[in-house]
Amino acid sequence: MADNNTERVPTVIADDVHIVYRVHGAGGGRGSATAALSRILRGKKDKQQRGVREVHAVRGVSFTAYRGEAIGLIGTNGSGKSTLLRAIAGLLPTERGHVYTEGQPSLLGVNAALMGDLTGERNVILGGLAMGMSREQIRDRYQSIVDFSGINEKGDFITLPMRTYSSGMGARLRFSIAAAKNHDVLMIDEALATGDRKFQIRSERRIRELRKEAGTVFLVSHRNKSIRDTCDRVLWLEKGELLMDGPTEEVLKEYEKETGK
Amino acid sequence: MTARPSADDALSPSQLAAKYGLSVSGARPGLIDYMRQLWGRRHFILAFSQAKLTAQYSKAKLGQLWQVVTPLLNALVYYLIFGLMLGTKKGIPDDVFVPFLVTGVFVFTFTQSSVMAGVRAISGNLGLVRALHFPRASLPISFALQQLQQLLFSMVVLVLIVVGFGSYPSLSWLLVIPALALQFVFNTGLALIMARMGSKTPDLAQLMPFVMRTWMYASGVMFSIPIMLKDKPSWIADVLQYNPAAVYMDLIRFAMIDGYSSSNLPEHVWALAVGWALLLGVFGFVYFWKAEERYGRG
Repeated sequence: MADNNTERVPTVIADDVHIVYRVHGAGGGRGSATAALSRILRGKKDKQQRGVREVHAVRGVSFTAYRGEAIGLIGTNGSGKSTLLRAIAGLLPTERGHVYTEGQPSLLGVNAALMGDLTGERNVILGGLAMGMSREQIRDRYQSIVDFSGINEKGDFITLPMRTYSSGMGARLRFSIAAAKNHDVLMIDEALATGDRKFQIRSERRIRELRKEAGTVFLVSHRNKSIRDTCDRVLWLEKGELLMDGPTEEVLKEYEKETGK
Repeated sequence: MTARPSADDALSPSQLAAKYGLSVSGARPGLIDYMRQLWGRRHFILAFSQAKLTAQYSKAKLGQLWQVVTPLLNALVYYLIFGLMLGTKKGIPDDVFVPFLVTGVFVFTFTQSSVMAGVRAISGNLGLVRALHFPRASLPISFALQQLQQLLFSMVVLVLIVVGFGSYPSLSWLLVIPALALQFVFNTGLALIMARMGSKTPDLAQLMPFVMRTWMYASGVMFSIPIMLKDKPSWIADVLQYNPAAVYMDLIRFAMIDGYSSSNLPEHVWALAVGWALLLGVFGFVYFWKAEERYGRG
């Protein structure tokens, strides 16, 4: 498919992206008040000692993603995969470098907008609005969201506060809300694939549908099987650096060798 | 991904981006564009504020009744301390003092809680900011709106108290609407400013209660500024009366309490109310927008 493909339209360009988190209250040494005071008195000489620590989560990653690609992100825990996704989505500002995108990439996930004290019903509406859907769109899709989540299969749970749901039920509703919208550039964090076996199959099918509608898909996952199933290109991140970028099989083989699988 | 000869390969990333019309992800939109986006999110802003309001008391047995009971208890405490024990009512007739005090407490609480919610609007919702796209000003505006709705519950209590002390509804009550609208704009501006500052310096959440309490005692919530400061140089009373919290409190007292005549108001009070609202509203909005692309960093 390589050579006659003349029309390669880039959708996401990452150009030497650096991302730094600043963490307060993580200064070295004791956490007592006197320690904090002495840190302040010692002045601004050393940020490390003032209780602000910098975590350099992504260090100089560059790549170009094209329309129609499904790209997997792999790497051990804490290697910067989710952080990189957030930067592509424009949710985390870059310290240095730029991310150029076509349209507005969106992260599949709505958890942070939902409130446990509200009923599932109100959370569907709130989550939809938070993702930028209009009231009409939500009204149209409300029933399909509830049906997809299967929350009401065991009785009328959608009118109960979300904090009363079992963890599986909550995860299912969250996924159903998040997956209700179509996206140009779609990014999926594996943590979404939750719930029982039946729901997992249903949600994998829905992710495939979303892939078809989206121009470019990014998938973060620790399950090499789901990467093989969905992606044709893989980025391997380690300690915030891009270790490898290539076709799925090639990169996964190296990755599996490295992680001793 | 074998490299294939293409004109694109020679381009730098930024040239490539320009060629295909890609834009910088998460860049700050222009001010007009930003307002348009914000308007597009108005349903979210409203729904979010209502959700926060409901969630507040959803675990309590009395539930939403607390919306009304909380301000009532608040007013009672202030009455006990300042009305009965300290006697700050100096110069204010008995039937005016209770509505005077309660109005002051409610109106000031509106500003106070908007400021406090503003400080934590971004820093307390980083999860939301890092997960979804929306104009960040939605959050402080939504919190200010939540406080407005909270105030409307308090107004129910206020109406009962005011009527109980002999001031009956009249045409002048309609003045409450523009006064509250102006105060809401003022509060929103303040919340926007605090939200940006609080996102950089979360410590403000610890500091602001003291600032707010100082402001409250200086604004004549529980005493009449001109009467209390009679023997002091007159500029002190002027400054205190021209401060926005005192202006909005006085306007609502004047609108609702029969015994509180216009002689208690500073000159040009409506111009002051509009001025403060415009100043803080416009400045706060622009100030917040200036840092729009940086809020996720925390």
